[in-house]
Amino acid sequence: MAKLKVDGKEIEVPDHFTLLQACEEAGAEVPRFCFHERLSVAGNCRMCLVEVKGGPPKPAASCAMGVRDLRPGPNGEPPEVFTTTPMVKKAREGVMEFLLINHPLDCPICDQGGECDLQDQAMAFGIDSSRYQENKRAVEDKYIGPLVKTIMNRCIHCTRCVRFTTEVAGISELGLIGRGEDAEITTYLEQAMTSELQGNVVDLCPVGALTSKPFAFTARPWELNKTESIDVMDAVGSAIRVDTRGREVMRVLPRVNEEINEEWISDKTRYIWDGLKTQRLDRPYVRKDGRLQPASWAEAFGAIKAAVAGKPGDRIGAIAGDLASVEEMYALRELMSALGSANIDCRQDGTALHPSFGRASYLFNPTIVGIEQADALLIVGANPRVEAAVLNARIRKRWRMDGFPIGLIGEQAELRYGYEYLGAGPDSLAELVAGNGKFAETLKNAKNPMIIVGQGALAREDGLAVLANVVKLAEAVGAIGADWNGLGILHTAAARVGGLDLGFVPGEGGKTAAEMLTGTDVLFLLGADEMDFANKSAFTVYIGSHGDNAAHLADVILPGATYTEKSGTWVNTEGRVQQGNRAGFAPGEAREDWAILRALSDVLGKKLPFDSLAQLRSRLYAAHPHFAGVDEIAPADSAELAALSKKGGKMTKSGFASPVKDFYLTNPIARASAVMAECSALARNNFKAAAE
Amino acid sequence: MLRDQDRIFTNIYGLKDKSLKGAMARGHWDGTKQLLEKGRDWIINEVKASGLRGRGGAGFPTGLKWSFMPKESDGRPHYLVVNADESEPGTCKDRDIMRHDPHTLIEGCVIASFAMGAHHAFIYVRGEFMREREALQAAIDECYDYGLLGKNNKLGYDIDIVVHHGAGAYICGEETALLESLEGKKGQPRLKPPFPANMGLYGCPTTVNNVESIAVTPTILRRGASWYTSFGRPNNHGTKLYSISGHVNRPCTVEDAMSITFQELIETHCGGIRGGWDNLLAVIPGGSSVPCVPGAQMKDAIMDYDGLRELGSGLGTAAVIVMDKSTDIVKAIWRLAAFYKHESCGQCTPCREGTGWMMRVMERMVKGNAQKREIDMLFDVSKQIEGHTICALGDAAAWPIQGLIRHFRPEMEKRIDQYTHKAMAHGAVLEAAE
Repeated sequence: MAKLKVDGKEIEVPDHFTLLQACEEAGAEVPRFCFHERLSVAGNCRMCLVEVKGGPPKPAASCAMGVRDLRPGPNGEPPEVFTTTPMVKKAREGVMEFLLINHPLDCPICDQGGECDLQDQAMAFGIDSSRYQENKRAVEDKYIGPLVKTIMNRCIHCTRCVRFTTEVAGISELGLIGRGEDAEITTYLEQAMTSELQGNVVDLCPVGALTSKPFAFTARPWELNKTESIDVMDAVGSAIRVDTRGREVMRVLPRVNEEINEEWISDKTRYIWDGLKTQRLDRPYVRKDGRLQPASWAEAFGAIKAAVAGKPGDRIGAIAGDLASVEEMYALRELMSALGSANIDCRQDGTALHPSFGRASYLFNPTIVGIEQADALLIVGANPRVEAAVLNARIRKRWRMDGFPIGLIGEQAELRYGYEYLGAGPDSLAELVAGNGKFAETLKNAKNPMIIVGQGALAREDGLAVLANVVKLAEAVGAIGADWNGLGILHTAAARVGGLDLGFVPGEGGKTAAEMLTGTDVLFLLGADEMDFANKSAFTVYIGSHGDNAAHLADVILPGATYTEKSGTWVNTEGRVQQGNRAGFAPGEAREDWAILRALSDVLGKKLPFDSLAQLRSRLYAAHPHFAGVDEIAPADSAELAALSKKGGKMTKSGFASPVKDFYLTNPIARASAVMAECSALARNNFKAAAE
Repeated sequence: MLRDQDRIFTNIYGLKDKSLKGAMARGHWDGTKQLLEKGRDWIINEVKASGLRGRGGAGFPTGLKWSFMPKESDGRPHYLVVNADESEPGTCKDRDIMRHDPHTLIEGCVIASFAMGAHHAFIYVRGEFMREREALQAAIDECYDYGLLGKNNKLGYDIDIVVHHGAGAYICGEETALLESLEGKKGQPRLKPPFPANMGLYGCPTTVNNVESIAVTPTILRRGASWYTSFGRPNNHGTKLYSISGHVNRPCTVEDAMSITFQELIETHCGGIRGGWDNLLAVIPGGSSVPCVPGAQMKDAIMDYDGLRELGSGLGTAAVIVMDKSTDIVKAIWRLAAFYKHESCGQCTPCREGTGWMMRVMERMVKGNAQKREIDMLFDVSKQIEGHTICALGDAAAWPIQGLIRHFRPEMEKRIDQYTHKAMAHGAVLEAAE
C-alpha cells in the first residue's frame, strides 16, 4: 500500500494504482478521454493532467503515472497530488481548447449528443469560447463496415477504438495512419472490420466519430426508456440495456457485468433490434384449406382442442426452442404432464447432455471468470468465436497474459488467439485420453487445466461417448477436483441450461425431439425453429414470435413475445440464473408465452394452477429452488461426473463441426433482421463490399 | 582557439585517411583493451568526472545516465542505442562524425557498451543519411574484419554493432520514439516513466546517447578527465562541435572549447558576420528548437549550457544559425513552425492541434494580416503546448515562437500596422453582408 495526499486528503491505495485511480479513490474527479480501464494506457489525450508536488514544474498525466513513481517529500511526508490548482485548471482548459479547435461542434446533428464525453467535459472543464479563427480540419469519412458509422471530422484521436480492436477483439484492422494534424483512424483498405465484437467501439468512442450505423438519426438518448435485461442471442447471457421509445426497441447497449461480459457485447446482441420488428406474428393463424389464415384466439384454441381431443398422451409432444425462458418451459412441461405426455424435449440439436448425469455434466463449470485462473485450455468441437463471442474475448484476455497453452480438436478456425491444432475429431481426443502427445503432458502439468466442449462434439450420434471420453480426460489430467472443475460445456442456446435444469427432456418412455417430428399426432413447438421440419407428420402448434421455419409449416400459430417483451428467467452456460425484464409490449394480439399456455390449458380442460407470473414463479421456485437465486450459480456436484466417464459407446471417426454455421443468423430474430442479413452476406463474401 | 593536439575529431573534414588504418594512425583505437580492463566503474566514474554532458541537446550528464543502468543483469540483455537521427534544423555535426571520423563513434560504442554491460549496440541513422550510413557501415565492417568487433574479438569483450536506417522522421530523434521505430513500430514517443534505463528497447534496460557524446568518450578516457575539464567553465566542460550556418562568411562545422564567446567563435572560424557585426539581427544558438537571441545580446554571449540559458535560450546541439538584417525574422520563425507542424507525430493533443494552429497564425503574422492581440494569444497558445505533451517536441515547437515574441514584438506589430495601412490605401470598399 502507498500513502499519498490528494488535494490535501490523505489516502492509502495499492501500489499498482495509477494517480488517476488514486484521485478517484480520494473522490477527486479527473477528466479523461483516452484512458479506459480495460484497455492499455495511451496517455495521449492529456486531459487527465494533475499537479505533482516536488515533481518537474509541469503537470503530469495521471493515467500513465503510478503512485509508486511518486517521490516522498524531503522529510518523508507522503507525496502530494493536486487536481484543483490553477496549473491543473489551466492545463485542462488548454487541452480542451485544442481538442475543440478541429472538432466540428455539430452537436445538434450528432448521434452522440447527450451521451458525449467531449460535450460533458467541455461543459465541466472547458472555457466558454474559442480563440481559433482559422479553418477547421476536414477528414474524409471512412467505410469500416455496416455496423459502425464514421464521421471522422469529430475524431479526437484517443485511439480507444484501435486499442480495443487490437487488444480485446484481436484484429489488427483499425489503425492510426499519418502523423500530426493529418493523423486519421482508418481500416486503410476501407474494408469492413471482421470482428464479432466491433460494435463495442461505438460505446468506447468518447465523441461522435464512431456511431451506430443502424441507429443513426433515429432517436436521442434522453427520450429513450432504459430497461436492464439479459441477452439471449447466445448462452453467455450478457447483461444488456434495452432502450425503447414507446413500444419500439430503438437499440441495445451493454451493461457492466464483471462475471460475464465485462462491458462488451457481441454484434448480434447489439444490432438485433430491427429483427424484433419484422416478420412478427401479431395474431393467431389457423391452417384452413392448406393455407394459414388469420384467426381469433378462440378459433385457434378451438382448432387445438379439436386436434388434441381423444389423442392419448404418448401421441402428443412438445419441443422448446432456444430462446425460451424458464417460466414458459415450466408452464409447457406442466401442461404436457397434465395431458399425460412424457414427450418433451428442449434439445432440438439432439445433444447428448441429460440432467440425469448430474448438473456438472452440462454446465460451464469453471465459470467465465474462471477462465482467467486457468493455465491450459483444450477446446473440443467448439468455435467459441462464433458460439460465444464475448466468452471468446475472455479466453483471449487470458491468452494475452501469457502462459496459456491452448489446444483445439475440431474445425480449424481463426479464433483470435494462437492455438495448437490437435486434430479434427474423436481419434485425436482418444489420443489425448490415452495420454499420448505433448499436449496431454501440458494439460497434466497445468494447475488449473480447462476443457471446453462445444455442441459440435455432443450433438451427434456418438455424443455421449465423446462426453464420457472428455470426462475421462478431465479426470486424468486433474481438471476435476474439490476446488477446481475445469470441464466447461459451451452451450449455444440461451434456453438450454434452463431447460435441462427444469428436466425438460423426455420422461419415462418419452420420445426425443427428432422422434417427435414423426412419432406424434399433435406437436407443440415453443419457438423451436432450428430443426428440419420437412418430414414432420404431426398436427403442429407453433407458439412463437417470428414467422420463421416452423411457423410456415404449422397448423396453428399462437403469437408469442420476444425476450424484450417479457419478463423471464434464463440460465446461462455457467448455470447462472438471470432475469430479463420487459422493455415493451408484444405487437398486436401477441401475448407472453406463459400466459398463452395458461389460457390454452383452460381450453383443453387441464387448467394450470397459476394466474399470474408471480404465482407461476412461486410454484417454479417451490419445485426448483435454485431458480430463485437470481444472478447466482447453484454449485454443481462434480462427484457425479465419475459415473459419466464409464458411460457411452464407441466414438465414430467423423470430425467435429461447430453447430454455428453463420454467426449472424442463429435464431428467428436474427434471421428477421436486415442488419444481420447484411453482415452475414458480407461475411460470406469475405468482407469485401462493393464500392459504391 | 583549441590547439590541434587537443582536438578529438581529427578528421572532421574528411581530408585525411578515414579507414581503420588512418584512424589508428591518428591515435584512435589506442589502448582500448587497457581501458576496458580498468573496469566498468572506473569508466563511468571517469566520464562522470569529465563533466561530459549529453551533446544531443538536453545536456544531461552522460556519466550519470550510464550509471542508471542496472549493475547486474536480471536476465534481460542490456542495450546501447546511439541516436544518429540528427534531424534538428541547423545541426550537422553527427553526419560529419559518421562520414569522416566513424571510428571515434565505433570505439565509443565499444567502451560505452562495456560500461553498461551491453553486448549489442544499435546505431539508428537518420533516413536521409545514405552516404553516412554507407561510410559508417564500411568502417564497422573494417572493425569486424580486423577483429575489434564481434564474438571473441581482440578486445576481449563480445560486442555487436548494428546500423539501423530510419525512415526520415524528426520525431524518431526523441529517444523513446527512436526505440519504437527501432522495434519496427510507428515512431511515437512512449510515456515516461518507465525510463529506458529500466524498460527500453524490447523492454530491456537501454541507454540512448547522442553520436557526439559516445564519440568523445574514448579520447576522454585516454587523456583523462582532468584534461577534458581543462576546457570550459565548471559544469560546462569539454570541447564541442559547433555547426555554424547562415549569414556568416564561412559557414562550417568546427570543434572548439566550450564557453568561448560567440564573437570568438565567429571571428576565428567563420570569417565574421556577413556585412559586419552591426548587420547581425538575431542568432538561434542551439538548433531550431531553442529561442532566438537578438544580435546585440549575442555578441558577448558565452557559448555553453549555462551562458545561453541566462539569455533565455540554450546551447542545444550547438547548431548556430546566424541571421543578418536581410532576414525576414517572422517568416523564418514561421518556417520553423511549419516544420514542427509537419513533424508532429499526432499522438498527443496539444502538439497535434497546437502546432498547426501556431503555424497558421504565424502565416498571417508574416503578412501582417492579424490583430495585435493575437500576438498575446499566440504566446498563450505556445504556453498551453509547452510542458503538456508526452515528449519535448511540443516544447521545441513553442520556444522559437516565444523567443520571437519576446524579442521581436515591435517588428510583428509594425507588420500588422503596415498591412492595415495598405489595406486602407487602396481605398476600403465596404460591402454589405448578404
